[in-house]
Amino acid sequence: MFADVLISLLDLTIRLSVPLLLACLAGLYSERSGVFDIGLEGKMLAGAFAGASAAAVTGSAWIGVAAAVLAAVFFALVHGFAAITNRGNQIVSGVAINFVVAGATILFGQAWFKEGGRTPQLTGNARFDPITLPFADALRDVPLVGPIYAELISGHSALVYIAFLMVPLTWWVLFRTRFGLRLRAVGENPAAVDTAGVSVTWLRYRAVIVCGVLTGLAGAYLSLAQSPGFVKDMTAGRGFIALAALIFAKWKPVPAMFACLLFGFLEAFGIRFQGTAFPFIGQVPVQLMQALPYILTVILLAGFIGKAVPPKAGGVAYVKER
Amino acid sequence: MSAPYAKLPAWADYGLIPLINLIVAFFVAGLVVLLVGESPFEAVQLMIKGAFGSGRGIGYTLYYATNFIFTGLAVAVAFHAGLFNIGGEGQASVAGVGVAVVCLAFDSILPWWVTFPIAVVAAAIFGAAWALIPAWLQAYRGSHIVITTIMFNFIAASLMVYLLVNVFKAPGQQAPETRTFLEGANIPSLEPLLNMLGIAARRTPLNITFFLALLAAFGVWLLIWRSRLGYEIRTMGHSPKAARYAGIGEKRIIIVTMLISAGLAGLMALNPIMGAQDRMQLGFVGGAGFVGIAVALMGRSHPVGIILAAILFGMLYQGGAEIAFEMPNITREMIVVIMGLVIFFAGALEHMFRPAVQATLASLRPSSMGLKPKPAGDA
Repeated sequence: MFADVLISLLDLTIRLSVPLLLACLAGLYSERSGVFDIGLEGKMLAGAFAGASAAAVTGSAWIGVAAAVLAAVFFALVHGFAAITNRGNQIVSGVAINFVVAGATILFGQAWFKEGGRTPQLTGNARFDPITLPFADALRDVPLVGPIYAELISGHSALVYIAFLMVPLTWWVLFRTRFGLRLRAVGENPAAVDTAGVSVTWLRYRAVIVCGVLTGLAGAYLSLAQSPGFVKDMTAGRGFIALAALIFAKWKPVPAMFACLLFGFLEAFGIRFQGTAFPFIGQVPVQLMQALPYILTVILLAGFIGKAVPPKAGGVAYVKER
Repeated sequence: MSAPYAKLPAWADYGLIPLINLIVAFFVAGLVVLLVGESPFEAVQLMIKGAFGSGRGIGYTLYYATNFIFTGLAVAVAFHAGLFNIGGEGQASVAGVGVAVVCLAFDSILPWWVTFPIAVVAAAIFGAAWALIPAWLQAYRGSHIVITTIMFNFIAASLMVYLLVNVFKAPGQQAPETRTFLEGANIPSLEPLLNMLGIAARRTPLNITFFLALLAAFGVWLLIWRSRLGYEIRTMGHSPKAARYAGIGEKRIIIVTMLISAGLAGLMALNPIMGAQDRMQLGFVGGAGFVGIAVALMGRSHPVGIILAAILFGMLYQGGAEIAFEMPNITREMIVVIMGLVIFFAGALEHMFRPAVQATLASLRPSSMGLKPKPAGDA
């Protein structure tokens, strides 16, 4: 009985962590290159809307994913244009993108589909179905390993596996490739990278594009796999939780995964045990559970649980002439 | 935040550049309107008619503008110190708790002109208190104020739901709101004044908080440009290094500036709670904290600019409702898009047109660009 509850709780944790994880890794690329990104939320929302719209019209989930990625990359490039090319304030740009997307998705949703800002319910091939991994059904009855494999690891949509595969991939790109080395360098000391003859601008634009692709996937997961379609404001602050997770993980991919799993677990716990009274503590208000990721992030930022040191050149535009 | 790129004459810096940015933002907004299949020109007509075409429209426009003056001033004061306070939304909503507590406690025993000043003080204190932790963390632990104030917005949102559902909700009532206030917390409406000016206004929420907003704008002008503290704030905003060199206590300025900023954001809570709804409802801030960012950027952090920008956004809020009513393809969220575009073009891309403006002005009148030596003074 207890094991069942635990497994279903962990299963929900994985489902809820995926959009956080994709957005968090997206922010990791951008911020490691020295471009702050408050606009993860907006890009994710744009991806969710574009993905659900395209899937609703074409009936194909994969075309939806492509549209989601394109929309998010578009806004990533807008952010890049302001932050890299025009040396604008990166935080202001991110805030602006969040607002434009929050308004535009509802506006276009209403104009195109006339369902109060929603997209039509997606069914069949327009949605991502759970994938049953090999032998999942056969192993189900094996004690301990069986339920973990069949319930926890198997039975998710393709985007879940992609998200978790992105973690080792990001680690490899960042720490084992030339691109990753330069990416990290440009976030710490762009002048040195420039002196070595590598374009700071192009490097940062590539980082921002990768950020767009990943936020697009995060949005696609929300509207094509987790829910059957787009609902207004469906990101509901997840972009900021992802940002919090990124700081929590000190801009490193593997800790980022654990941070996202932790925040996903908090959300899952809040949903499962809403209104349950605990021994000694009593009933924990659901609002406290919802606020917990933000409270934890503030405590972390305060430097009481190890100091989070951001990339040195983060938020500063590079000026070649100086 | 206010360090200029290249020197421009003041009229270009405070007039021309914001105007160009604004025109581009509205041009893009017009494209969005075209994309959803409506006519931008008709939309503008509807908006102006909705905002200024009737006494009621004017009343609502100025009512919304009141909110945005407070939140715009809040963002601007922080900008002057080089701080970005995104937390206006959370600070205003927590300030609402202060206002509500004062109103609920005194509305049956005191007249409004005693309750109101107490509520003003409570709003400022509660708003400022919500910024104390982010300010302290920025000053003493170097935690980025942008991230912490965003986090505090979310924490405030959860807190407000909790308080309204579990503490303030009157027994036997469904909606998460306080009970309706009594006589002692009803501040005067400005309807008689509008009527005296020949504007037939009925059922508008415009109230005396509007004058408090104008007073606050004047106070901010005094503070920033006519006081020692304001000088220190501006010095730190221009160059923290210079400020440190001049013996200005950086930590003190960060905390004091953030408290003033959040206090101003907090005053916004008076307008909807005491002036319009006579109760505290969930979500009474309604995004005003974020509009403040756009207003401050557009108004170039100057009180006069902020009042003008606030009226423009008040017009957008009120006129936008009219458009949403008349045009089936446009929803209220069009305002959010316009707000985002204004923040983008007036804020993130504020320097984009500067080189072009500079080159044009220089070719037209070299003296205006300071190409000949001239006495320093305007910065």
